[in-house]
Amino acid sequence: MAITLTDVAAERIQAFLAGRGKGEGVRVGVKTTGCSGLAYIVEFVDHHEPDDQVFEDHGVKIFVDPKSFIYLDGTELDYGKEGLNEGFQFNNPNVKDMCGCGESFTV
Amino acid sequence: MALIQISEPGQSSAEQKHHLAAGIDLGTTNSLVATVRDGQPETLADADGHHLLPSAVQYSPDASPLTGRAAKDKSSVDPQNTILSVKRLMGRGMADIEKSNDRLSYQFINEDSTVPRIKTAGGNVSPIEVSAEILTALKKRAEKELGDELEGVVVTVPAYFDDAQRQATKDAAKLAGLNILRLLNEPTAAAIAYGLESQSEGVYAIYDFGGGTFDISILRLNRGVFEVLATAGDSALGGDDLDHVITDWLIESSGLNKEIGQNQYRELWHQACQAKERLSQQDVVELSVKIEAAPVWQGTLSRTQLNELIDPLIRKTLAPCRRALRDAGVTVEDIDEIVMVGGSTRAPRVRELVGEFYGKNPLVSIDPDRIVALGAAIQADILIGNKSHEDILLLDVIPLSLGIETMGGLVEKVIRRNTTIPITRAQEFTTFKDGQTAMSVHVLQGERELVVDCRSLAKFELHDIPPMVAGAARIRVTFQVDADGLLSVTAQETTTHAESHVEVKPSYGLEDAEIERMLKDSISHASEDVEARNVREQQVEADRVLFALDAALQSDGNTLLTKEELSKIADASSVLRQARNESNAATIKKAIKDLDKETMEFAARRMDKSIHKALTGHSVTEFNEEN
Repeated sequence: MAITLTDVAAERIQAFLAGRGKGEGVRVGVKTTGCSGLAYIVEFVDHHEPDDQVFEDHGVKIFVDPKSFIYLDGTELDYGKEGLNEGFQFNNPNVKDMCGCGESFTV
Repeated sequence: MALIQISEPGQSSAEQKHHLAAGIDLGTTNSLVATVRDGQPETLADADGHHLLPSAVQYSPDASPLTGRAAKDKSSVDPQNTILSVKRLMGRGMADIEKSNDRLSYQFINEDSTVPRIKTAGGNVSPIEVSAEILTALKKRAEKELGDELEGVVVTVPAYFDDAQRQATKDAAKLAGLNILRLLNEPTAAAIAYGLESQSEGVYAIYDFGGGTFDISILRLNRGVFEVLATAGDSALGGDDLDHVITDWLIESSGLNKEIGQNQYRELWHQACQAKERLSQQDVVELSVKIEAAPVWQGTLSRTQLNELIDPLIRKTLAPCRRALRDAGVTVEDIDEIVMVGGSTRAPRVRELVGEFYGKNPLVSIDPDRIVALGAAIQADILIGNKSHEDILLLDVIPLSLGIETMGGLVEKVIRRNTTIPITRAQEFTTFKDGQTAMSVHVLQGERELVVDCRSLAKFELHDIPPMVAGAARIRVTFQVDADGLLSVTAQETTTHAESHVEVKPSYGLEDAEIERMLKDSISHASEDVEARNVREQQVEADRVLFALDAALQSDGNTLLTKEELSKIADASSVLRQARNESNAATIKKAIKDLDKETMEFAARRMDKSIHKALTGHSVTEFNEEN
């Protein structure tokens, strides 16, 4: 399996990277949050770690650390708008439950 | 579905609080305070827009002492009670002061204590107390400007200060209510202001020509640390001397008697200062000398003339420069950069002669009066933990993640591995049970998900949490790792501010091989860890549900439930109890759901009962009135 990007997400990331002027690609990952539960992160990557998993989709390199990959395998990263906000969305097949706002989830 | 924003590397892992820190240049003639705002260091001005605070304190019998400009203005009318240049007295014993050639207008009292005291109208004061007044004035200025208390400061001292002088400076800061993060050598601060520490190595000359003193320091940078190789200077040579030479020339040219009055001299001196400053920009200035508004002389001063006047004085600074090079064991060719500090280095002729001496153009782009304070501010910002790792030179990193234990034996990581130190990170936690008044904080190190697989560093307890329902209390746990690798963990309940903390050295006793093994383990056991985390999370949830149910049954079980209902709930809860002890997340989850269904009606009845209870004995009108 792998991590993939939608057309819109790929286009946005390329635009972000171009605007920033540097970076190998993006990192997706999870962090623990609160007492239990996990939350997603999206970051630029300047220097990737040796044990990162690397995927390439639409010409964008996606880095995932091996621990996060277990939670994220099969995820499609999308970019969308909700009202005035816009940002990345994770279509993650591993998710079983989400909290009300969708910020944290359990697998 | 939440929308996630893309962030800079390493920024999304935990919340970061901005800490207020300042750099203070505690000078002989003038002092300054600076801070880093939006990533840029800047000096702070007083209400009138002045950045420089004259290092003067005036004591009077029944008022609090004056500082700065107001005090300096009194120096001619009240010399006995106005302390100037107190820095020269810091950390000195009475014997040292008597030996020095400084002509001081104040009276010293030689008490038993080794610290000399100055007799003033406001009582006898030690140099430390006088310095503390100056620091207090700067502290007030910074806190007014920044809107909050300063958490820490870096104070600069001359490179040649000995331990006693440094300790006296520290004591003065403590007396002013400042938390000293570090004392920083003035030349090092100047080098930091130019970002020279980002080079891998180099040798730098810091040429500091101030109002009353001249200092030259040779620094060597090696792996991010500045070492002072040599210092030299002249404590009785400064910009003031340049002004005097020009004033004397002015008196001579205008044919005035040398014995002119004090006021007349001051006026000419003022004119000389202005002429000197203007000649930094233009080639010639017009001058006119008046006595009681009647012109007595008119003439010009050219830059060439000025240079002839001041050249001998500037050349006097070159002898210490040569001596410093010799003491440091380096040659002119070894010097990578020359940093100019002090107002007198604004004079183009000073830059020229220094450039000639070193065969290289000196660095002059930063305001030479403020550079030391700016460098100190940058250092303070780093030491307090505001900078993220990309911005600072890699001093040291945390080899393994640091975190605390949460319910169910899980580890919540607060600082991730490879984060550069110093660093401060905070996270909020809450209570697990109703009415919980204490919390045990278990500090752990390692990459694994379960407490048993990580290394325990310390355990401490936070008491005095006010009794609240589970999840309502807010406990802020702050991890701080200082530049020396010392970890301190603080837990604070946010409503009562009850606090408790512990300090540990996280790298203590860990071999490189052991760190590597702990890292490898975390990767090879990653999927087991995920499963274990799932099970633990469900177990924690099961415990919480069962605990709440038991409490509810005890208070209302017999009154609100029929026998049949009771036994149904008992069945479901025993299923959950059993499932909880097996390690299958899905089974536990299902059992929790089933129990939840069985107890729904019970929960509804309890709710009715408590509403009923709250309303019994009250009439509707009573509630209307209250509202």
